[in-house]
Amino acid sequence: MLAESLFFSAILFTIGVVGVLTRRNVIIIFMCVELMLNAVNLTFVALSRLHGMTGQVFVVFVIAVAAAEAAVGLAIIIGIFRHHESVDLKNINLLKG
Amino acid sequence: MQSSGLFYQFHFYLFGLIAIASALAFVTRKGPVAAALWLVNTLFSLAALYIMLDAQFIGAIQVFVYAGAIMVVFLFVVMLLNLGDPSEIADIRGKWGLIAAGAVGLALVAQLLVVLRQQFPPEAPVVRDSSRGVIDGIAEPLFREYLLAFEIASILLLAAIVGAVLIAKRRA
Repeated sequence: MLAESLFFSAILFTIGVVGVLTRRNVIIIFMCVELMLNAVNLTFVALSRLHGMTGQVFVVFVIAVAAAEAAVGLAIIIGIFRHHESVDLKNINLLKG
Repeated sequence: MQSSGLFYQFHFYLFGLIAIASALAFVTRKGPVAAALWLVNTLFSLAALYIMLDAQFIGAIQVFVYAGAIMVVFLFVVMLLNLGDPSEIADIRGKWGLIAAGAVGLALVAQLLVVLRQQFPPEAPVVRDSSRGVIDGIAEPLFREYLLAFEIASILLLAAIVGAVLIAKRRA
């Protein structure tokens, strides 16, 4: 089932990348990043059957970091929304040169 | 879990296809709430795949932490922000975004095809002492070799909690 897992994982990662590149809503882009993290987790779990338990330990850490990232990122989105009254990427250009 | 057998393979493909179909629905929905619910569907099918790949504990925390906690935070923020009509905000980016996305997608699919052409070594059957349960295999390295990383992860979560509260707090 290793080849199938890697196939599903690659497809999901690609969908996540395409979502990040095509959507404009910051919250949906953020969810696409979560989807990419999950695709990588699937790879880790599939390969952990071949190479030992370290892959699954790593998945635990990835999930912990994803939780922290979601909390901080959504707090930042709330802050941006207070400023601009919008979550559209084209309005968030303060750092553009 | 027995990884041969038609029953196993059928369900493996079934959950994989559900995951991919839900992910496609997720990136194409306009409203953030519909997108989030499709993503929850994807995460649940991924949890099923984890369990079929002998990672029962990962499957459980996938449901608890991802489908439960993280997606609830997302939905909470979506409802907190009062975004208005989805057609105004959820528009696709312009021509260049689509071209870049298509190029990256094609490149990734090409890489995928190259990777899938090689032969993978046969998987060793997972030998498990049934008296010790399924969590033992992951708990042992987690609390021995990776104990420092585990503690650092807890500090990271604490910092994230404090940071999120401070950033999202309304300034007086």
